[in-house]
Amino acid sequence: MRNALTIAGRELRSFFVSPIAYVVLTGFLLIGGWFFFNLVARFNFLLNIYAAMRNPQFQEQMNLNDMVVAPLLHNLAVVLVILMPMITMRTFAEEKRLGTYELLMTSPLSIGEIVAGKFLSMVVFVCIMIGLTGIYPLILLTYGNPEVGMITSGYLGLLLLAITFASVGLLTSSFTENQIIAAASCFAILLLLYIISWPAETAGGVFGSVLKYMSLTEHFAEMVKGIIDTKDLVYFISVIGISLFLTERSVESVRWR
Amino acid sequence: MIEVRNLTKRYGDLLAIRDITFTANKGEILGFLGPNGAGKTTTMRIITGFMPASTGTVKVAGFDIFDDSYEVRKRIGYLPENPPLYTDMTVTSYLRFAGRIRGLSRAEIDDAVDRVLLKCGLADVNGRVVGHLSKGFRQRVGLAQALIHDPAVLVLDEPTIGLDPKQIIDIRGLIRELSGDRTVILSTHILPEVAQLCQKVVIINNGRIAVEAPLAELTRNAPLEQVFLQYISQDEAASGIEVEATS
Repeated sequence: MRNALTIAGRELRSFFVSPIAYVVLTGFLLIGGWFFFNLVARFNFLLNIYAAMRNPQFQEQMNLNDMVVAPLLHNLAVVLVILMPMITMRTFAEEKRLGTYELLMTSPLSIGEIVAGKFLSMVVFVCIMIGLTGIYPLILLTYGNPEVGMITSGYLGLLLLAITFASVGLLTSSFTENQIIAAASCFAILLLLYIISWPAETAGGVFGSVLKYMSLTEHFAEMVKGIIDTKDLVYFISVIGISLFLTERSVESVRWR
Repeated sequence: MIEVRNLTKRYGDLLAIRDITFTANKGEILGFLGPNGAGKTTTMRIITGFMPASTGTVKVAGFDIFDDSYEVRKRIGYLPENPPLYTDMTVTSYLRFAGRIRGLSRAEIDDAVDRVLLKCGLADVNGRVVGHLSKGFRQRVGLAQALIHDPAVLVLDEPTIGLDPKQIIDIRGLIRELSGDRTVILSTHILPEVAQLCQKVVIINNGRIAVEAPLAELTRNAPLEQVFLQYISQDEAASGIEVEATS
């Protein structure tokens, strides 16, 4: 455990002494802020129109959760699909290129500790990243009255989603010493998991429901709606578990005869 | 201290090393010689537990590298051919990290870092970022990293490559000073280095041991250069015959 923390600490420090962390965080918040501004502006616009039309029925149906928070979370999830591969691509690939992989692998560390350390650093980074976007719901809470439970559940979903992305990123990074390959393959997997349920309706039957179950979006959408169901939690935790297990195997494979 | 027995490493069809056997005793500096691509780095990577051999065993301080890899790794300091440096860290924080993953406790680390900074002549650059250091300093940081946990066995893969003459002399002096009761395996293709430092010489060529003998014995009748060339050409002739015989 101590070793995992040491590795996580080094990983995080190297993020924050280089411009990487700041560029990523700035980009993420910039795009997130733009989405938020856009959604709030539209909400305001519709509100004014309905007020002018003197149509209290429509006005009452307007809801900050459905019209601002939910689309914001879905948009942020798409941004994460693009950004997470770039954050995780270094984890193993860079070590191999620098030769520091030899230092790690010849030190008295278990592979589990190495993988846990890297994963932990990614979790912390993701928490910082998503935590910073917490400003948007805080603004809504200050000036409006959205439902807090739904926001919490949606944010938990976003966090789980990002951690899942990170574990997939660790896996693809452990396969190669080329960061571009690591990022591109991670992106492909994430995007595929994101859109895999698209043909579910047309396919129908068992195949359709399997596709639907495999899709990240379906499970995430449930949590955005405010429903925390074990089946969704199990889905995220198993994808994380499988990815980390495979990462551990992949790193260990250098030591196999 | 180090017992290498019948080591063979296969990369697909390519035999990188075959049937390597030698021993290094406590307190000895063993010169590991051979032309480029002879299999020196492969052998060292196996000894340090970075990768496994296809067949054969290595014992370090009585522990088998395959079965007790953890115990072996605790006792080895390793400087790979390219020093394994995190270029965005300062010298001190890098060495602290190296100490931590080598199992030093918080209390031990400060002393250990001070000791290797002093020993490797890094005290003046301790706050500098590793990536901004010159090649010679980086090599020393690499060496400091290998020494941080005061290991019983040191494996150095071409520690003086790319250094200027003054730095080479410094590093050699350091290695000599370090040996003491440690076992050092020094891989190089700079022959005078071996003549100056080592008690024992292993010459490897084409993945095979050409000779294993004490330095004094090897250089009794001829200088090391001559002996080296002789063994290497002998081996080439022998492998040439083998190729003819099998074809």
